[in-house]
Amino acid sequence: MSGSVAAGAVPAVRVSGVRKAFPVKGGGETVALEEIDLTIERGEFISLIGPSGCGKSTLLRVVGDLVAPSAGSVEVNGKPAARARLDRDYGMVFQAPVLFDWRSVEANVRLPLEIQGVGGSERDARVREMLELVELGGFAKHYPHQLSGGMQQRVAIARALAFQPALLLMDEPFGALDEMTRERLNAEVLRVWARTGTTVIFVTHSIPEAVFLSTRVVVMSARPGRISDVIPIDLPQPRDEETRETDRYYELVTEVREALRAHHGPAAGSVASLERARAEGGIG
Amino acid sequence: MSAPAVSAGARPSAAERVGARLVRILPPLLVFVAILVIWELLTAGPGRRVIPAPSAIAAAVGTDQALLWRSAQATLVEALGGLAIGTFAGVAIGFATARWATARDVLLPIAIGASTIPLIAIAPIVNNWFGVLNPLSKMMMAALLVFFPIVINVTRGLVQVQPAALELMRSVAASPTEVLVKVRIPNMLPFFFTALKVATTLAFIGAIVGEYFGGTSDVLGRVVLQSMSNGKFAVAWAAILIGAIGAMLTYVVVVLVERVAIPWYTALRGDEA
Repeated sequence: MSGSVAAGAVPAVRVSGVRKAFPVKGGGETVALEEIDLTIERGEFISLIGPSGCGKSTLLRVVGDLVAPSAGSVEVNGKPAARARLDRDYGMVFQAPVLFDWRSVEANVRLPLEIQGVGGSERDARVREMLELVELGGFAKHYPHQLSGGMQQRVAIARALAFQPALLLMDEPFGALDEMTRERLNAEVLRVWARTGTTVIFVTHSIPEAVFLSTRVVVMSARPGRISDVIPIDLPQPRDEETRETDRYYELVTEVREALRAHHGPAAGSVASLERARAEGGIG
Repeated sequence: MSAPAVSAGARPSAAERVGARLVRILPPLLVFVAILVIWELLTAGPGRRVIPAPSAIAAAVGTDQALLWRSAQATLVEALGGLAIGTFAGVAIGFATARWATARDVLLPIAIGASTIPLIAIAPIVNNWFGVLNPLSKMMMAALLVFFPIVINVTRGLVQVQPAALELMRSVAASPTEVLVKVRIPNMLPFFFTALKVATTLAFIGAIVGEYFGGTSDVLGRVVLQSMSNGKFAVAWAAILIGAIGAMLTYVVVVLVERVAIPWYTALRGDEA
């Protein structure tokens, strides 16, 4: 399904000249994103990586129409981002699972389908299929508080995939998990990606994670957030645990690390305030 | 939350659960009985006492059965009426303040201000407004006390939603109504029931304080006053205990309704309360 990069095909995402500034209390502004241009073909797996405060989460939110850009435009499947959101072209996975305590696992996965108006047996079948996809078929009737953190995040992934979105946006989904769980879920995400053919944008702090998952790694630098490098990852598909032990994998990890270091100045100061501004600005 | 997967088979059996519950309620029950026994031993026999013996109170319930039963019913109606009015008003204002920031800015300070008025100070006025002989005046006293915790908690429950939950709903293009019904209201319910449990006790306090400031004679508050001035202390104590039992039973009903209405929350929180 992936890689139909035929010339002239409509790209999955086209970000042109995006700038995003948040007003600061007492005048002035914090520039989170500056001169962002990025084109993503259908079926690609793109990681956004960079130091804290480089605007990678903001960029993800601009693409997902959760935050409006101050300038520039975002097109998803040839449509403005707002249109794409209303057409339910997105699935979102956040750092926290954001499951609703009052809904069972299957009811959480069903939520987007309820809102989309998909009904009856089709809906139930879809929910079952998605839970099987993340290997939680036996936990449909459980409640979120009965699951471990990793399982909760898999439920969130199943929910994001429920209406088969063209674009899956993942904001540091495994940042709060231990290393072993993270690696297992990385493999699982790749499997889901291969099976669904969804385009993925994945924000992460972790270089190994970005290299293992991506077709391209987008390296960002901070203050203001810019794209400083785009590194194609030519590791063969399908990837598995052995991929992590190949020489090419180590070379690419090093390449990404050096790209990050090249643009990463001395330790950051206003990271916290920018994150806060993003949170405040992001609440519709 | 990083525990291993939950297995379904590890649940305690019904008998084990009943046993565990018995073990938990047994100590307070024993202490309660011991207090009654000591109380009885200290106060039984002839002579005037500050507190009548439990047996004397029980006897008073027997002799003044008709009066106490009538009074208990009247006070119960007042307290429950007030609970209903205060809860309804509190929920309505809570939704309004959660929905409109202007309403929040205007109404919440007034609600907080109103809650600082000493209830006893306005009891005669409320009696006067709604008719001293009309049970509605006692209901309004109860409602005044109930109103505040309900408003605050309903507002808080509707507003304090995880920001990421709102982003999630936005990402799936949910309407404001869907956000309200599927996120804000379920999020609010535990807050609401917490407030309602506090409110049941407050409703009885409000109703009985209202009764102290005049009204029909067959209500618990009046029975306490009357029998105290006639030296029938056992009857006064009987009326007080009946009021307490009424409040307790109402509380238990709320707890049971909560369990049915939001089982996910009681399971999440464990089995206290």
